[in-house]
Amino acid sequence: MKKYLIPAISAAGILALSGVQADAREYKIGFIGPMSGGAAQLGQQMERGAKLYMKLHKGELGSHTVKMIVRDSKRPGGPIAKAAAQELITRENVELITGLIFSPNAMSVAPLINKSKTPVVIMNAGTAFIPNMSPHMVRVSFTMWQAGYIMGQHAANKMGCKTAVSGYSNYPPGKDSIAAFRKGFVASGGKVIDEIPMGGPAKVPDMTPFFQRAKSKNADCMYVFVPAGNHAAAVAKTYQALAMRKAGTKLVGPGDITQDTQLQGMGSAADGVVTAHHYNMFLKSAENQAFVKAWQAEYGANSVPDFVGVGGYDGMAAVYAAIKGANGGKLTAAGAMKVLRGWKYNSPRGPISIDAETGDIVQNVYISVVRQKGGKLVQEIQQKFEAVKDKCKELKLGKCGKKLY
Amino acid sequence: MSSFLIEITTVLVFGLAFSMLLFILSVGLSITMGLMGFANLAHGSFAMAGGYVTVSMVSKTGAPFAVALLVSFVIVALLSILFERVLYRHLYRRPELDQVLLTIGIVFASIATVTFIWGPDPQLILMPEYLSGSVDLGFNNFPRYHIFMIVAGAIIVAALFYGLERTNIGAQIRAAVDNRRMAESCGINTGRIFTWTFALGSGMAALGGGLGIQLLGGIKPVFALEYLVIFLIVIAVGGMGNIRGTFFAALILGIIDFAGKFYFPEGGAFIIFAVTIIVLLIRPHGLFGKA
Repeated sequence: MKKYLIPAISAAGILALSGVQADAREYKIGFIGPMSGGAAQLGQQMERGAKLYMKLHKGELGSHTVKMIVRDSKRPGGPIAKAAAQELITRENVELITGLIFSPNAMSVAPLINKSKTPVVIMNAGTAFIPNMSPHMVRVSFTMWQAGYIMGQHAANKMGCKTAVSGYSNYPPGKDSIAAFRKGFVASGGKVIDEIPMGGPAKVPDMTPFFQRAKSKNADCMYVFVPAGNHAAAVAKTYQALAMRKAGTKLVGPGDITQDTQLQGMGSAADGVVTAHHYNMFLKSAENQAFVKAWQAEYGANSVPDFVGVGGYDGMAAVYAAIKGANGGKLTAAGAMKVLRGWKYNSPRGPISIDAETGDIVQNVYISVVRQKGGKLVQEIQQKFEAVKDKCKELKLGKCGKKLY
Repeated sequence: MSSFLIEITTVLVFGLAFSMLLFILSVGLSITMGLMGFANLAHGSFAMAGGYVTVSMVSKTGAPFAVALLVSFVIVALLSILFERVLYRHLYRRPELDQVLLTIGIVFASIATVTFIWGPDPQLILMPEYLSGSVDLGFNNFPRYHIFMIVAGAIIVAALFYGLERTNIGAQIRAAVDNRRMAESCGINTGRIFTWTFALGSGMAALGGGLGIQLLGGIKPVFALEYLVIFLIVIAVGGMGNIRGTFFAALILGIIDFAGKFYFPEGGAFIIFAVTIIVLLIRPHGLFGKA
């Protein structure tokens, strides 16, 4: 009797297993982004990126499907995003949360998901220490230090800047970004003579007083961080209006100030602006050209993807990878992290991976300069840095050096 | 000495340009609140509509910037007459809460409408040659656009003062405000006066919306709400319905705001709130308001 029992049980087991696999499962995931209010275009861009991935990779999950539930985080601050996450976890029973444009959005969600053990894939928020806030989080976007530190080195070493002023939107990623620039710039022998807070992220201020103050310092370079979106065009326009290039101050920054969706509206103001960033739509790789083509086929020939859209696209690639890893079962934090920490992907921005230890993105950073070509603005890649890790965590600075949960 | 001169002229010129924009944007609201006793929170929506008309004219039809501004003035003024006739006039004698509810509803509806038509991205236009670049005055240089803003603002201010103080229709408006019943007994059609005043104020807001595109980083759907607070501050400080008061309030707040941000970027944005509180503590009805 015993002889037959084991094969019988295993046969039953195999049957049960294959039964699970044949069952088409619907994976519910939550997507939190600013769908209304001043940053709605960022929410739209990120959602479009995510949905484009879903459309192009329909068959990838076999019979399983993904239902994306979108919730509005409205403002750059934390409370609304937190309430949205709470609702998604407790009422909608989502198995994963993604999206998250602004750093305070992501920070406010972290304590919640630590309790509920919901895996999170961050598609944008870039303050360096965020992944340290939860063992269940990974970030596919960027960290402020990737662009800021490299930009600081480049400004001092290649652009001949001996002194610099920084202007920043006064909230965590802004402080992060100028700290990164300062570190890179000073390490290469430069001197930062003034750091100017330029209002909060929610509202675009008249930039003139801040830029005029910067101009009066007569620095060789001005490094500016503002959140992508409404602020970007105001930066280039103010810089031009105050004739700062003529006065001898070069404008540099992370790619947020030359965001692809805002670029053409800047006109000649953006000509010559140098940025460090992980993506712009002019990258020549086959992956990127296919991505831009698919984007314009889906959203219209005049529509343009930018790094926020790529964040949404790659974020969804990560989500799909996690779901594939769950193999028809429930998507758990442990399971998702096992797949995602160490995950590699060929993104439109180049090869990316997630650092297994920190959960943060490792990717190329490009130095680009804006040029006018045939009545249009393009970004030319001048230099490429491969597989850049987050410098802040490498140097273990402040909150980057410790676990925050 | 020369660096002091540079700083002083910088603060004055840039502050003045912002003041002019503030005045053009707020004066219409001051008129509707003071003259008609109507709390029109949707004032920013009319300004925003003006901005979008300007942007569309310039980028779609290639119209010159100045022409687009004038067209937006006319279109928005006409549009506001429609709103006044159909919606606002029923609420003139109703409590303020009703007025606020209606107009804030219009704000949200307008935000959704422009997002639907133009999308959430800020819309920008490339300025014509004569408005871009800067003017070098030897000791300091200034953006041409800011100079243009000051000149345009000065012309508008002068025209408004002349219109209200020296013309027959201006006298009728002032009469209607001071004592509506008496004005009506004298044969003044106050209903019509209010309609035209409202249209003028909304048209001015539209001009401000168009002029502000370059200074405020483009026109975008949240414009209607984002600048509401600053409109209300200008009016509270200046005194409702008082054009002279609105002008001086805009002047003071614009220059102080710039100076605050220039010298103390960390806390400069709050200085105008502090000034507002102090002014209202000393003069609760505003600088030129009637007690």
